[in-house]
Amino acid sequence: MNEITQKLKFYQKGTHTVGNRLVSERDRSVQASIDRSNALTCGHRACQGCGEALGARYAIDAAMRATNDNIIAVNATGCLEVFTTPYPETSWQVPWMHSLFGNAAAVASGVAAAMRVKNRSEVRAIAQAGDGGTTDIGFQCLSGMFERNDDVLYICYDNEGYMNTGVQRSSATPPAARTATTPAVGAEPGNVFGTGKSLPKIAMAHGIPYVATATVADLLDLERKVAKAMSIHGARYIHIHVPCPLGWGSASHDTIRLARLAVESGFFPMFEAEWGKLTASRKIRRKVPVEEYLKLQRRFAHLFKNGRTDPRVARLQAICDRNIEEYDLMPAAVEP
Amino acid sequence: MDHPFAITLDTGTSLANRTGSWRNSRPEYVDRLPPCNHACPAGENIQAWLFDAESGKYEAAWRTLTQDNPMPAVMGRVCYHPCEGACNRAELDEAVGINSVERFLGDYALKQGFAFVQPEQETGKKVLVIGAGPSGLSAAYHLRRMGHAVTIYEAGPMAGGMMRFGIPKYRLPREVLDAEIKRILDLGIELHLNRKVDDVRETKEAGGFDAVFLAVGAHIAKRAYIPAGGAARVLDAVAVLRSMEGEEKPLLGRRVVVYGGGNTAMDVARTAKRLGAEEAIVVYRRTRNRMPARDFEIEEAIEEGVLMKWLSTIKHVGESAITVEKMVLDEKGFPQPTGELETLEADSVILALGQDVDLSLIENVSGIEVKDGVVQVGGNMMTGFAGVFAGGDMVPSERTVTVAIGHGKKAARHIDGWLRGENYAAASKHEIASFDKLNTWYYEDAPKTVRPMLSIVRRRSTFDEVQGGLDETNALYEARRCLSCGNCFECDNCYGMCPDNAVIKLGAGMRFIFNLDYCKGCGVCAAECPCGAIKMVPETI
Repeated sequence: MNEITQKLKFYQKGTHTVGNRLVSERDRSVQASIDRSNALTCGHRACQGCGEALGARYAIDAAMRATNDNIIAVNATGCLEVFTTPYPETSWQVPWMHSLFGNAAAVASGVAAAMRVKNRSEVRAIAQAGDGGTTDIGFQCLSGMFERNDDVLYICYDNEGYMNTGVQRSSATPPAARTATTPAVGAEPGNVFGTGKSLPKIAMAHGIPYVATATVADLLDLERKVAKAMSIHGARYIHIHVPCPLGWGSASHDTIRLARLAVESGFFPMFEAEWGKLTASRKIRRKVPVEEYLKLQRRFAHLFKNGRTDPRVARLQAICDRNIEEYDLMPAAVEP
Repeated sequence: MDHPFAITLDTGTSLANRTGSWRNSRPEYVDRLPPCNHACPAGENIQAWLFDAESGKYEAAWRTLTQDNPMPAVMGRVCYHPCEGACNRAELDEAVGINSVERFLGDYALKQGFAFVQPEQETGKKVLVIGAGPSGLSAAYHLRRMGHAVTIYEAGPMAGGMMRFGIPKYRLPREVLDAEIKRILDLGIELHLNRKVDDVRETKEAGGFDAVFLAVGAHIAKRAYIPAGGAARVLDAVAVLRSMEGEEKPLLGRRVVVYGGGNTAMDVARTAKRLGAEEAIVVYRRTRNRMPARDFEIEEAIEEGVLMKWLSTIKHVGESAITVEKMVLDEKGFPQPTGELETLEADSVILALGQDVDLSLIENVSGIEVKDGVVQVGGNMMTGFAGVFAGGDMVPSERTVTVAIGHGKKAARHIDGWLRGENYAAASKHEIASFDKLNTWYYEDAPKTVRPMLSIVRRRSTFDEVQGGLDETNALYEARRCLSCGNCFECDNCYGMCPDNAVIKLGAGMRFIFNLDYCKGCGVCAAECPCGAIKMVPETI
């Protein structure tokens, strides 16, 4: 442990909060600053308690601070595009463009190329999309951007489904979750086990300079990863877990709590990889069983019907346990 | 129209879209009552002074603290800290060491020589305080700060009351006590020592006082009838502890028996040990868990070699031995004799059976009601005689220094109201910030700092202070363990976590406000507020 973190531990509170009046401004989060960019400002039409709206402001504000506001954002179709920018009105306080559902990565590659040609390579391109626009519809363009190692940071806001069009399943929807296209009926209610894909792992397989996962429940970690991504040139990928009260059937005030439980249960592993190799993982602080995460969401309500716990919960727990092992998520035992 | 190709409308901003209209409940910032403040008998605003102490503003912390309690260095040594018993942090790891931070602030203030701010205006009213114990000093302090002329009549040769004549030096060094008393008197309070009041009404009229606060404490040792031989040396604990303050230390002999199970019994047994007694035995008729003494005092006494004889009463005191009878507890928990006798060698027997109030000064005053040997007062601390108030050990209460100091403050406020012809009404209390109102995820794990203790050898032979204080680093660490229950500590969570950017940060020390034009009422801010300072309130539609 280096000296700074050692010292910070003595600040007994605020270490996990957005700000902390006891540490210098420099050590606080971007979001704690009174003059943060507010890249995504008030009046947007996201639902109450939207995790994606929060994640997007966190990420873009951090990227703006890291680049002195030299950013052009490209957005795929999806919630984030629709709720921020019903033409001609927009919530974005950053140069922003939208083309199609599937081509955000390709457009961002073009933006980066254009800036290079114009000798303005200090202006950086960011592509952002939901999980549908990333793991399904935009996958081909994204893979191309990765393998060409274009100078783009691609951010996926993962709310685990097509929420904008009425909560359909995507290839990021977790097993057993109820969606409009995977109803909780029949022998295998909800989304089928054994389907879906891990895009962070696919990104790692491209051998790109930087891949990270993050969550709206850990702001300081998220901002650090965005800042790190902006310090690197080439293709970078950040996958941010953003709870969706509408699609998940959760209370609007539980957004951060759910994101936190996803991490603490091992359901959503947080890690970083460079050049295809895992370099760090965020350890679990207070481990919880996956039920605590599932029970707050109506999309999993069928697993707990009539007061009994469906055996599928154990299969979900097994997924968490595998993550914990694979990404080494448990902290090393502390000497008493 | 000079729009670019394919563009027909000007770019608008979403700020035109007042999403606040979606809301069905709104967040409100609240200040809830922290459990420590609620539990403090002196009504200290603990959370507030810890907030200052956390950022190293020790003088500000001390000034906030002394708004309610003028003797933090004494408190940090003798208070039984019910605040720590109520502290929410105990459910997380261990209670915040409030008492040790208080002591640090008290000692810091003494070292820096901080003085109290003199009253700005004189009211021209004269108040007499009878008794210079904790309650009287506290009342005098508060009344003086309100601008009244205060005179204290103290029957004893020194100020301090039970803080001096009851609490041994090894728990409260006298230079600390003297310094804190002097600072109170420096406000311009007149103190007359060796001035015993025989009749309250006469003294009040003779001195032209507008109001009187009685705080004579409880100094008369209770006696029990014990058959004793002619040469037996039977003393009372109050007299023994009192004589410790004089030139002549009491002669107790090699084997000392203390009769009783309260804090005074522990104090006197530990004092006997320090005076050189080979054996100090506490004889108590019930069991340890029924002893009225605080557990830590019993523990410290045992550590220092005091022996305990539970379930025993003294039947007879002889010249160099006593006879004790074994007791058993009946089903109601009362001790019953067994007839089984035992002899203990003893050079002296000290009775520590509780204290009574010397009521002679009110004997001739009509209207003052006395019940069970203590003076009855109303909710405003006034006795049945208009203008005469009372507090501390002489009224029905738990007899601790902190309670007495709290009485002094409360009485001062009512006396002030009474002098102005008004009724003082305390501000209504906020809802308590109970543990369930907190989101403890955000607090770092941090165990309590342990205060250093004097070595056992020195505890058995000297009157040096037993418990040490914290240094600045430790005190700062300890202050920062405070969860700030119910009161915003500007962690920026609400500001940072609002998905609608609807929290406005006003800057350091000024907290936040909600922008209700855009707040959709999702409740994330309230759920993620670590300290429970935000409340969701349904909108009236």
